[in-house]
Parts: sequence; structure tokens; C-alpha cells
Amino acid sequence: MVKRVEATNDFVVKFANVNGSGSASANELFARAILRMGVPVSPRNIFPSNIQGLPTWYEVRVNENGYQGRRGGVDLMVAMNPQTWDADLKEIEAGGYVFYDNTKPLPKSKFRDDVNVIGMPLTDICNATYNDPRQRQLFKNIIYVGALSALLEVDPVEIERLFSEQYKGKEALLQSNVKALRLGREYAREHLKCPLGLRVKRANGVGHKIFIDGNSAAALGAVYGGATVCAWYPITPSSSLAEAFIRHCQKYCADPASGKNRFAIVQAEDELASIGIVIGAGWNGARAFTATSGPGISLMTEFIGLAYFAEIPVVIIDVQRGGPSTGMPTRTQQSDLLSCAYASHGDTKHVLLFPEDPTECFEFTAKAFDLADRLQTPVFVMTDLDIGMNTRLCEPLQWDDARVYDRGKVMRYEELEAGKDFGRYLDIDGDGIAYRTYPGTHPKRGAYFTRGTTKDRYARYSEAGPDYVDNMQRLARKFETAKTLVPKPLLYPAERPARFGAIFYGSTSPAMQEALDVLAERGIHVNALRVRGFPFQDEIADFVASHPWVFVVEQNRDAQLKTLLVNEAKVNPTRLLSVLHYDGTPVTARFIVDQIAQHAAARMVVPLKKVAS
Amino acid sequence: MTYIAKPKLHHPELPKNKVGYTRRDYEGKISTLCAGCGHDSISAAIVQACWTLDIEPHRVAKLSGIGCSSKTTDYFLGNSHGFNSVHGRMPSVLTGANLANRDLIYMGVSGDGDSASIGLGQFAHCMRRGVNMVYIVENNGVYGLTKGQFSATADKGSKSKRGVVNNDEPVDMIGLALMLGATFVARSFSGDKAQLVPLIKAAIEHKGAAFLDVLSPCVAFNNHPGSTKSYDYVREHNEAVNRLDVITGRDEITVDYEPGTVTAVTQHDGSVLRMRKLSADYDATDRVKVMNYLQQHAAAGEVVTGLLYVDPDSADLHEHIHTIETPLNQLTERELCPGAVALEKFNASLR
Repeated sequence: MVKRVEATNDFVVKFANVNGSGSASANELFARAILRMGVPVSPRNIFPSNIQGLPTWYEVRVNENGYQGRRGGVDLMVAMNPQTWDADLKEIEAGGYVFYDNTKPLPKSKFRDDVNVIGMPLTDICNATYNDPRQRQLFKNIIYVGALSALLEVDPVEIERLFSEQYKGKEALLQSNVKALRLGREYAREHLKCPLGLRVKRANGVGHKIFIDGNSAAALGAVYGGATVCAWYPITPSSSLAEAFIRHCQKYCADPASGKNRFAIVQAEDELASIGIVIGAGWNGARAFTATSGPGISLMTEFIGLAYFAEIPVVIIDVQRGGPSTGMPTRTQQSDLLSCAYASHGDTKHVLLFPEDPTECFEFTAKAFDLADRLQTPVFVMTDLDIGMNTRLCEPLQWDDARVYDRGKVMRYEELEAGKDFGRYLDIDGDGIAYRTYPGTHPKRGAYFTRGTTKDRYARYSEAGPDYVDNMQRLARKFETAKTLVPKPLLYPAERPARFGAIFYGSTSPAMQEALDVLAERGIHVNALRVRGFPFQDEIADFVASHPWVFVVEQNRDAQLKTLLVNEAKVNPTRLLSVLHYDGTPVTARFIVDQIAQHAAARMVVPLKKVAS
Repeated sequence: MTYIAKPKLHHPELPKNKVGYTRRDYEGKISTLCAGCGHDSISAAIVQACWTLDIEPHRVAKLSGIGCSSKTTDYFLGNSHGFNSVHGRMPSVLTGANLANRDLIYMGVSGDGDSASIGLGQFAHCMRRGVNMVYIVENNGVYGLTKGQFSATADKGSKSKRGVVNNDEPVDMIGLALMLGATFVARSFSGDKAQLVPLIKAAIEHKGAAFLDVLSPCVAFNNHPGSTKSYDYVREHNEAVNRLDVITGRDEITVDYEPGTVTAVTQHDGSVLRMRKLSADYDATDRVKVMNYLQQHAAAGEVVTGLLYVDPDSADLHEHIHTIETPLNQLTERELCPGAVALEKFNASLR
């Protein structure tokens, strides 16, 4: 008798499919139906750099507690891809389940004796029901969703309701999908042992939360933040951000009177042109942004340096992926921190924001435009593939209608006309930020010539050393001002006094929250601090100083945040212990727990001296 | 360059244009280029064109890349905003600036080093998109600031100052502009102000991407025998196809022309370009014929100048992407932010 994993509202289902087979929408349907039952899910696409034919996976974690990090391990594998069968089977937890198409029998050697096998002749059923090969393929996916609904006790009413929302007004499609769903469900109820040890039970874990991907949310943040110019170049995983911006703009940003666009979007010839267009628009007073990924950042660096020195507001959304170079396009990492923080030649430092989920993608992107205008500098929103391209359950997006855009220090016609002194690089109040003018403001005053470093406070050409130093010191002051404006770190205190601290950021957040709970259950109490922006505020250095050891949890090889903390927050590097995950998959709570527990065990040993005394 | 600044004082009777500015009001900083540089003549031509078109200086934005030519944006229109960007990237920066505020006049000044090598891609895509701008390439076939290397427009077989022969085919920017859909294409010579000023005026009046290739000899590194971009060579081989008068909607037509010698092209905005034909078989509105004509004459070693091509029904990028008439940089949260109610609806659609 094979052991059975028994779990209600707490398990992982992984779908192994072939790219381009139409499985993605069926799998998302499955996830949404569970969500409609009030049970949180966190799905993740694990997909190849390919359009058709290569393996692709969709992993759904069902967790009533709302843990949304990748758990690691699989309880039920829906193995629909013979290419990856062996590897997929290996991933299943002992006592777990494999669901597969048994139209063609597989030898016993292809199975594991500690995994429960559920075979269903999906191909036979499709061939008997449909004549059109495309339909056979597409409805096979819906049929297995029907079978899973019986096996896992997912309410079919919820699935049918989702169909009716999706196919509103398309009666034929609606009927054929419902038919396929019922076909699968009926077969399972008649021929398979239902339910499995894994079950979904109605709960109240979803509430008012929304289900959205980070790229759509960031794109909407750009709309709410007043972006009117977007220039971009297609690159995974950021393309869907620009495409979502196009959709949002078409919906929200047409001029009601003329029907014309209150936005300009250019798909540029490359990232060099994208950032150039954004800089030109920012220089001329429009809010402008680009979305890209690591290789795009590399290409943009010359221009980013110019924007830093010429002090032009620019928003860059970096949806990070595996690097370096053009590697791992469909895998996630947090590996562009250093290249963004110091992008370009000469002495440059840039403002970075680290959203943890789609909600913060929205908030931080909108805020980035205020920051860029206020600080007259490039601002990076550092998201990643895990947040950007996966649908996540998160807090609803919020906007205060009283909010006014902060356009920063812009000298207008009236002030120029009144004779106010205008020096483009003249700091009049000590915050390092000077007034700028938009081209065309005043016939006689306020025009200036924009160039890189060779200038004095009044934007006159100067190659004099003291002028250069004066300007560079002002830029450093400006960066100090940025500290007061970027989002502050958030503290998650342990329930008991803790010797250990942990610093984390971005998409590590859900796995980290879960890891902290698991560690606490094991008696390892950790105070955690989520860094949300760069430059670092004093709170971060204070946090490090108040713990003998601080784990820095990141998804890159070289401990990039740690490097930045040592460099910029001047924290003591000997206190910092890195926990690094960088194989391209999202970090799991299990990984963090294992790493921290090992470190902790090594440091919990009571010193010999103490034992002796 | 000269070290003697012109006195700021104006002669009280210096003539003013219709918007109340003297010619001097269109000047910029003192040029730091070599005495006799063709680029300075082009700056002077820009000044003359803007003054005679009654353009208020602050309504022009001038953008450039890197190089001798790109420095010149500081030497004209001192009351205009200028932007010296990075090498070869003026087109993208200008495109962005233009998207932000469609009401200004955009003058992009570049050189052959800036636009025909690193900037060739941006030049191409800027033409393709039809950005409403004047794109001037001050073309001398040589890198000046780095002291005399060949540029990508140097003719095959031409000699550098040190006697090295160029083996590479030249980049034909006029040919490219025509192929890529520029709606106004002209070539001129910095030494022929009578031809150049009306061409700049026409380019400013033109809606869409107006490309001007101006041969502009480098007196320091490319003005010797063996060069095909020297004053002597260009004068000797210059083959002008037409002489241009630009008549804007505001001007009355006062010049009498001999019948049959003048072609009038009325552009979209009502401005009229009157071309006095110098070559009987030349039709500047037929792109294919123009391309053929240019190829044939280039093969014969002639440098064809004049208004080479114009599309009277041109459109620009803003028309292509349907942006509103109001400059985007004037919109505020009132027009741009969809607000809390719309956001709540959006949230509801995601549950």
C-alpha cells in the first residue's frame, strides 16, 4: 500500500505541458477556481525561451494561510509531457500523486513505487469526442481540469462561472467548454477513486484581495503616475509590461473630446533609442519611462550616465531575469542591483525601488515619477520575472484622488518674468536640487544648454576643476536628499527577543515571510527588515548594528545587496551572512529555512569558555 | 575661432523682424571651431533662416550628438534650449522631446561621424518614423575633434591629409533618407548661403522628417587636393538641380518668374515652395526618379545639390500615433489620472 499525502488547502500541483498546446489558459482556470472558493493560490509559470514544442510547467501552490512563495516539492504532478516524464516524476514528494494520460500504456519501470498513479485515457476520450485535431488538443486540457475538479473537490460551479465570465456573448464557446469540463469530471467520478488525499475546501482566505501580475500592475502604476511617453524594446520578461501599458492607455487615456491619445508609445529600434527617447521627453517636461531587463540596462548605461549628470527625470522599470549577458531569459533573478545602482561611467549613483509584489509594483511605479521629477534623476523600479510575469494574490490597488503630482523644481514663466535668478545647476536651498525650465517657457529668460559634466552653476561651458567638483558635490547632496524620499524599510519583528536579523527585498518577500514563521516554530527567532529603496536610510545600518549576525537573503550569486550595504550604508561586513539562491527558480521558504537553520546552529554553539565557567 | 566677442550693443536701427527681434537676437555663443570652418557658415544660415521666418528663438529646441558639428548648437540661437547628448543619439533624444511637446520647432544638428557611423541606426529609424524635425548633417568626411580620421561618408579613393587612401564605400545618407521615407531631402554646400538659407527655411516649414546633407569642408583636416569634401572640389563638382524660394502663408508673392521655369509645390500647411529649375528633367516630387537621377549623377562624379525630394502630403509621427493637439508636457493629474473609482472597478475585475 503506497502512502498517501493527505492535505486540505495546503499542497502543490504542478502541470507539465508542451509549450503552445493551449494548456496555459486551462491551468489558470484551475487556479482561479480554487481562488473563487476562498483559498489562496500562487501560480508560477516556468517556461522556456520558445513559442512551440519545448516543455513548460505551471506550478500552483494552494495554501490557506496565504503563503505565496514557491514551496518546493510537488504533491500532484499533472504529467502531460512525455519529454519530461522522468524528471517530473522525480520531483514528486513521497506519497504524492501523478496524473497522466494512459491511452498508451507505460512500462512499470517508468513509475515510482512510492507515488500514487492516476491514469486517464485523455487522448482516447478526445479522439472519440472530437474530429478536429485542434479541438482534440485544446479540449484535452479542459477535460483534465474537469477530472481534477473531481479528484480535488474543486467546485465545478466556480469553473463554469469563470467560463461564463470569459465567454460572455460567445455562447458556442461557452457550451463546448462546459461540455468538455463535464466530460472529464464525469469520467473521473465513474472510473477514478475520488477524492484524493489532497482536497480543496471552501475558506475565507481571499477576501478583498486581487489576482494580478506585476507587469500589468506596474503598467497601471505608470498610467496613474501620469506617464505620457513610453519607449521600449521587446525583451523578456518586460515586454508584457509595455504591452499592458498600451492596453491601459487605450482604456483610460483617450481625450474624451477628440478621441485622440493623451500618450505616445514608441516601440524603438533598440534599448539605446528607448532610453534616448525617454530622456528627450523627460528633458522636455513629460513623464516618461521605459521597461527593460538586464541586457537592456547594459545597453542603456551610457545614456543613464548622461541623464544623471544632465539631471533629467527618467523612470526605468527593470524586470530582472537571469544573467549575466543574454542568459536565462525566462528565469528569475535579482542580479541587476549593482549594474543599476552604479550604471554608467564616471561617478554615478542611482535611486532604486524594490517592490515585493504587484501591489507595490503599482505603488512604486507611480511614486517613481514623483521621485524622478523631484530629484531630476533616473529612478529604477527593480522588479523581476517572478513578480512581473506571474499572477499573484495581493492587496487591492489604491489611489487617493487628492494626490497631486510632484513635478519638482520647475521655474515657470511668471517667476522668470518677475526676474527670479535662474541657474540650472544652482542649489539655492541646500537640498542639492536646482531649478529647471522646460524649453519654450520664456522668450528671453530661462533658456540653457544641456550637456554632461562640463558646466558651471549657470550651465555655462566650463572645464575648470573647481566647477566640476562643485557640481559633483551638489549631486552627492542630492543623493542624501533622496534618502528622505525613497520608501523606508519595513521591520518585521520576531515574537521573542532575537539574536539574528535578516534583510531581504523584492520577490523574496513571500518565501521569507513563510520562512520566518517556520523558523520561529523551530525556536529560531529572527527579526527581519525588508529594504524597499536605495539610497539606504539610517534605519538599515541601525538594524545591522543591533544584531550580532544579520542574514542577507538574495537571489543572485554575488550578494549584490550585501555589497551595496557595505559600500553605501557602511555596515560592518563581518556581521553579514549571505543566503543566496540563483538557479533561476524563485527562492523557496524551504531553502531559506535550511540555510538560516544551518548558520544558526553553527552560531548557537555555546563557547567553550562559557561551558568551563 | 575668434577671441574677440562681438559687442552686445546693437545698432539702434538694426532691422527687426515681424516678431520684434533683430538678427543679433538669433546668435549664440562665440564659436570655438577653426577659422574658416564650414560649420560656422551653416550656423549663420540657421540664424538667417530663423530670423527671416519670424520664429521666436525660444520656440526652437536644438539638439545634437557629439563632435565639431554637434558643438555648433551652442553657437546659434542663444535664447533657445539646447541639448548636447551622446554620440550618434541625437535622433532618439529629439524624438522624445518632440513627443513631449509638439508645439516647438526641433532642430537636430549632427555630423557625418555622429550620424553615419554610431548614429546610422538612430538616423534611419528617425527618418522612418517621420519625426517632425530639421535634421542637418554637417558633412565633411572626416573626424575633426579627434584629428583627421576618415568618417563613413568619405568617398572611396579620396585621400586623407596624411595621404592615406580611403578603401571603403561611403555611406550615402541622402540615398538612405530617400529609401527610409524622409519626406524632405536636400543637399547643399556651406559655401553657398544663397542656396542653403532657403533650404533650411523650407525644412523648418516642412511637416515631417526633413533631412539636409550640407557639405561643410573641414579646413583643418579635409581641405586638401585629393579630398572630395574640400571647398575647391565641391565648388567644381556642384550640380544644383534647382534654386528655392520659400513662401509661407503669411508672405505675399512678390517675385516674378519667367513662365515655365518655376515649379510650385504647396505643402500640407499651405506654405508654398517655388523651385527655379536648373535641370530641365528634374521632378523633386517623384521619389523613384529622384533616386535614379542621384545615382546616375553620383556615378558621373557630380555632387547634386538643391531640394532633391519633397512629399507635399507628408505626415509626422504625432499624426501616425494620434496624439492630442495639446503638448503632452502640459497635461496634469486632472487629465491623466483615471482616479480612485476607476481603480476600484479595475480591482473588482481581478477577483
